[in-house]
Amino acid sequence: MKKTFNLIATLLALSVYQGAHAASNSITIATEGAYPPWNFTTSDGQLAGFEVDLAKVLCKKMAMDCTIIAQDWSGMIPALKAGKFDVIMAGMFITDKRLEVMSFSQPYAIDPSSFAVEKDSELAKSTDSEKVSLNDTEKAQAAIEKLRPLLKGKTVGVQASTTLYEFLKKYFGDDIKIRTYKTTEQRDLDLEAGRVDAIYGQRTVLAATLKNDGFQDFMIAGPGFYGGIFGRGVGAGVRKDDDKLREKLNSAIQSAIADGTIKQLSEKWMGVDITPGS
Amino acid sequence: MDFSFYLIIIPKLLSGLPMTLQLTAISVSLGFILALTLALLLQTKQRLVTLPIRTFVAIFRGTPLLLQIFLIYYGLGQFRKDLQFVGLWGFFREPYWCAILALSLNTAAYGSEILRGAIKSVPKGLVEAARASGLSYYLTMRLVVLPIALRQAIPSYGNEIILMVKGTSLASVVTLMEVTGIAHGLISETYRAIEVFVCAGAIYLTINFLIIRGLAALEHRLSPPYLRKRT
Repeated sequence: MKKTFNLIATLLALSVYQGAHAASNSITIATEGAYPPWNFTTSDGQLAGFEVDLAKVLCKKMAMDCTIIAQDWSGMIPALKAGKFDVIMAGMFITDKRLEVMSFSQPYAIDPSSFAVEKDSELAKSTDSEKVSLNDTEKAQAAIEKLRPLLKGKTVGVQASTTLYEFLKKYFGDDIKIRTYKTTEQRDLDLEAGRVDAIYGQRTVLAATLKNDGFQDFMIAGPGFYGGIFGRGVGAGVRKDDDKLREKLNSAIQSAIADGTIKQLSEKWMGVDITPGS
Repeated sequence: MDFSFYLIIIPKLLSGLPMTLQLTAISVSLGFILALTLALLLQTKQRLVTLPIRTFVAIFRGTPLLLQIFLIYYGLGQFRKDLQFVGLWGFFREPYWCAILALSLNTAAYGSEILRGAIKSVPKGLVEAARASGLSYYLTMRLVVLPIALRQAIPSYGNEIILMVKGTSLASVVTLMEVTGIAHGLISETYRAIEVFVCAGAIYLTINFLIIRGLAALEHRLSPPYLRKRT
């Protein structure tokens, strides 16, 4: 009986302990660990990618001890609110909807989103690939109307619980069948298997997918959408009341933009510069 | 307590109920037919028959259901060309049929063991009496052994059906929007995990409560008066 009590007491202590950073100089940063090239898990179980490197740089700049952990994408925001960790760096767009429940640093990357399709599909042949801001309503509407007939009746795969999904639902919800996946890897497998006609994602992420074996016959197609529903780019998420940490992150990101660290890291991992304002 | 929030999410969660019920009903029915077939086939002493069945049961009972769904959906998806060649791709292309297949095979594996045990539990004397009265093996099975065995299997088979209801929650990993899949979507829209999961849990609890009551009534009906529980 006593043993059981001890065990329960230990478990309770452990669960209370989580997220008790507040005063100390150490923080826990959560990433998905399944979103290459932004963040992923290597075959030996280590976290790697653009955001993992960037997180280490930011921690150095803030002079804080950081632990980087992997966390399922769909439960990330509730877990942040519950204090399981302090920062989210997981390719998360700063959107109005998320700002209602949490707070973000300034953006550290801007990455437009597109479709990936088979090279001989209609969508691949007939659209341009320029960047379109959804804030520019007229231009965005024109680009979307041009896409609509090409997508009519198609099945499109997208990661669940993402702004990418919200975009598809908002602009093409009546025209296409949307399938949602827990991870981008599952989405990619279904594109390769031909279960979906197209997938939708951030361009850098799609580019990484297409580099894999089995995706030679696929390409990125359609305009690169950003702004609007996609918000202000990708930023580091913190709890709403965590202003101190947000300020610290802001100045660290500012410095990483200014000294070219973000440019260098994004070119290393994605082959393109995704520094905000570039 | 924010009741208006519950009023918003409950109808949304209930929109996944038909999918959950369909997956359960179809896979439990198909699974039961397969389970009964396997249990009857196991009555022979032919190793050529029993060995493959025992292997099948060992594999599907010994591995997680999630893994089975993954393997059947994403795993077989990589053999698209071969499946197209044998004309089965139309089936395996659809997440719905892949989920049904995985759930049915899984429940058939458990079910066949439940039914095998139930058949074994029928008193030998009854079988001998039936045979001595001139009933053939087939008639003994149909008229004596199976009615008793199936009735005795109801409590443990009920467990299996309840597990299946909960097992359908894994279908969301293959893009099917049943109750749990919708719950995940709602959480990402509202960021309120507790309320959504509590409601989803209540839905499963209600389904299972009804199943338990239904099976209890069935068992009562099938039992001779001296075996009925007084209520």
